[in-house]
Amino acid sequence: MTADTVLKEKNDLVEQQAAILRPETLVDEFKKNGVTHVVTIPDSETNYLYELMVDQDWLDVIPISREGEASATALGLCVAGKVPVVLIQNTGMMESGDSIRGMALDAGFPMVFVVGYRGWTRRGVIRDSAAKYTEPFLNAFGLDYYFVESNTDGDRITTAFEQANATKRPVVVLIGDEYHGFNR
Amino acid sequence: MIKSQDVFRVFEPHRGKAIVTTSGTSGRNWPDASKNPERDISMGSAMGQTTSAAFGLALGLPDEKIVLFDSEGALLMNLGVLASIAGKQPKNFVHFLLDNEVYATTGGQPVPNNANIDYAGMAKAIGYASTHHFDDLEDFATQVEGIMAEEGPVFVSIKVVPEVENMPMGLRAQRKTRTRPETIAALQEELGITG
Repeated sequence: MTADTVLKEKNDLVEQQAAILRPETLVDEFKKNGVTHVVTIPDSETNYLYELMVDQDWLDVIPISREGEASATALGLCVAGKVPVVLIQNTGMMESGDSIRGMALDAGFPMVFVVGYRGWTRRGVIRDSAAKYTEPFLNAFGLDYYFVESNTDGDRITTAFEQANATKRPVVVLIGDEYHGFNR
Repeated sequence: MIKSQDVFRVFEPHRGKAIVTTSGTSGRNWPDASKNPERDISMGSAMGQTTSAAFGLALGLPDEKIVLFDSEGALLMNLGVLASIAGKQPKNFVHFLLDNEVYATTGGQPVPNNANIDYAGMAKAIGYASTHHFDDLEDFATQVEGIMAEEGPVFVSIKVVPEVENMPMGLRAQRKTRTRPETIAALQEELGITG
């Protein structure tokens, strides 16, 4: 296989991924739902999304140092009347269990968590323990969640906001890692 | 070391309209000193996360001064938040740290490396706009007015006397305090925040 062929296959793969779930879909959904702040730790799959968010003049991106900070920072913003989204990966979500309990579930504010589903795959066996434990973790905490793996699923983000607003509870959107194509 | 009650007594006249939140054992004395409870808010309910909640509040209310009286045990559980705060440089944030060197609420066990941590030095190195350290009440009383006028994020560590609690939880005297939802609702009403 020549270098050109490898490059073409790589570019084709990137384009396919981008066509399945474009970062613009998430940002459009955020804007539609009045999001003011994104509290986040970038992960290896979200760099393009991060760059796109930083470019939006209506959106304030708040980088944090550890996912446990996310729920609490978002709570402060909610108290201030803002509309934050927490954007983290499933590994970090599991790390921040006590924070989700005390600062999100017990707080009585609507919060939407967009969580990268590292290790999830539609085909074959899921081998990454990060993926194996993601949905059991959400179920253990009683967190409702919606799965988004393509542009056509994008309106589920709005559904998550509607549910969060109606229940004043956190609601999770899981992003199918294999398909989102944030990296370009 | 200074009694936390004295820190609060000296601070209160310089509070202005600042929104105040606290964490840790020492912070429980703040309601006795506060003269503006509508602007006192309880944010805690997860280990070490009051700091992050106060940070979020400061970002969400850039026109209000936000004061946090943090504790070193809580901060050590969430130390990365110093970098998060320094990264966003909230000009309206004053971060006090009441350092009693122990986990007072669990019987007074020392926090790791308890007597040797330079928290103000840490905050300075990580990028806070201004940092201070006090272990003398008169020094603090002399400088607190100027500190409250500084552009944030400001960090102020103060060595305080531990108030160790050893009684079993069920036997401890219960303070009558407002709940977190009550304080949040009162603050939002004070600020006209709806929704």
